[in-house]
Amino acid sequence: MGKTSKRRRLAQRLFLNKFFEYLFLAAILLSISVLLILVGDVLRKGLGSLDWSFITSMPSSRPERAGILPALLGTLWVIGLTALISIPVGVGTAIYLEEYANKRSWFFRIMNINIGNLAGVPSIVYGILGLTVFVQLLKIGPTILAGALTLSLLILPVIIVSSVEAIKAVPSSVKEGSYALGVSRWRTITGVILPMALPGILTGSILALSRAMGEAAPLIMVGAVGFVTFLPDGILDRYTLLPMLIYNWTSRPQDAFAQIAAAGIIVMMILLLITNITAILLRRKTQNRVE
Amino acid sequence: MTNKIKVEHLDFYYGNFQALKDINMDIHQNKITALIGPSGCGKSTFIKTMNRMFDLIDGTKATGSISFDGTELLDKNLDVVQLRKRIGMVFQKPNPFPKSIEENVLYGVKRHGDVPKSEWDELVKTSLKKASLWTEVEHKLNQSAFSLSGGQQQRLCIARALATKPEVLLMDEPTSALDPIATAKIEELLEELKKEYTVIIVTHSMQQAARISDYTGFFLNGELIEFGLTKTVFSNPTDKRTEDYITGRFG
Repeated sequence: MGKTSKRRRLAQRLFLNKFFEYLFLAAILLSISVLLILVGDVLRKGLGSLDWSFITSMPSSRPERAGILPALLGTLWVIGLTALISIPVGVGTAIYLEEYANKRSWFFRIMNINIGNLAGVPSIVYGILGLTVFVQLLKIGPTILAGALTLSLLILPVIIVSSVEAIKAVPSSVKEGSYALGVSRWRTITGVILPMALPGILTGSILALSRAMGEAAPLIMVGAVGFVTFLPDGILDRYTLLPMLIYNWTSRPQDAFAQIAAAGIIVMMILLLITNITAILLRRKTQNRVE
Repeated sequence: MTNKIKVEHLDFYYGNFQALKDINMDIHQNKITALIGPSGCGKSTFIKTMNRMFDLIDGTKATGSISFDGTELLDKNLDVVQLRKRIGMVFQKPNPFPKSIEENVLYGVKRHGDVPKSEWDELVKTSLKKASLWTEVEHKLNQSAFSLSGGQQQRLCIARALATKPEVLLMDEPTSALDPIATAKIEELLEELKKEYTVIIVTHSMQQAARISDYTGFFLNGELIEFGLTKTVFSNPTDKRTEDYITGRFG
């Protein structure tokens, strides 16, 4: 083979290297720019209406006086209750699947496949399920509790899968070390497995909760209201949520409502940002303790 | 001479695969028994039967008898928590818990709840001293166990096992992940430990077995080919396969 053809092939390879590097860079720039345009648009429309009274006022049919307080509190109530229900159940399920269940049994295999599949079920389906089971069958009615139960079902698969992954990542040598000291299964779980899996469990759970925070579809099914002018003060109250209120406002013809809808979106994004930062901080803190 | 553990007709299965075939062995008290043989010969499996670690693996089965001071270890109703307190184990790779040095030593007793809090400090000290680690860590007991070197971590794992006051120590190739200096330290330590404990050590190194052990067992394909005084096994083996192995003709 001649020297020139070798050199040509090298040049070709270097060119392809560069070409793909820029191609992938373009891919990430595309998604980032779409996000920036979206955020920029919302900020431009909404910042003007965003002030303290917007957060502390009741919704109103006059956009200049309308606020989001019931929706903000409703979201906090529902998400808080969802966390209380879904995290213990999800982590408990993950512990059972990883540490207790016989992995050769058909029960374990069916459970595993189904949990994976449930994570892909559209959220509206959970809404229908919640309506049938919680609202009607169990007669909980269109309340905060029914909403939280429905959202819990929706995010349980995600919490279970991420908790299982976190528990799996605990080295088996450490578990064996604990068992070899005569420490029982439960105390091994609380002594080394959960502390080591905690960062992963927390991250997965909080990200799942922030997904739940943005859901509107299943909650329409179980009776969240678009427009309320009272504040919730118990889990058996009726409620509205930020996504519901934003949806209600965007469906109105007046331009002023589009602006306060954008302001509502900003509040939601701030809320999501706070939860995600909390996830990162918690992960850092627990990881430092472990290492 | 007392037999601490008596193994009779032990068979062991992983599913359908028979990993140990009709093992008979007497483990003598306050002696070091070394188990040698090529990888996959069953020596590690054998020591895991003695603290029932195989319970953790689905589909395993052991038949025959392992008698520990008269207690049948293969009894289904045996309290494995009590058993593992009396028969401690040190693993191939140091596996300290992601906790402080002190917490590592106290891990077992804190969860068994059988040592009063007032004795914890003393227990940490004596356990670390017995593992000849005390002078190296006495001023940093609250530091993470991961701040120690590999050899120190392994001695911490020994201290951790000693803290539950066992009678027997099982060691599964405890120096295979360590450098020669750290290995020498552990071997020295074993000499000390056998005064108080009965030690069973799996090793991939025949030199190590010859250096430190009183008795040696040679495993091949799940069978115990030869067992006896280390001196005899190494200088005058009765089985041709043992001779071939220790002279380096295979393995």
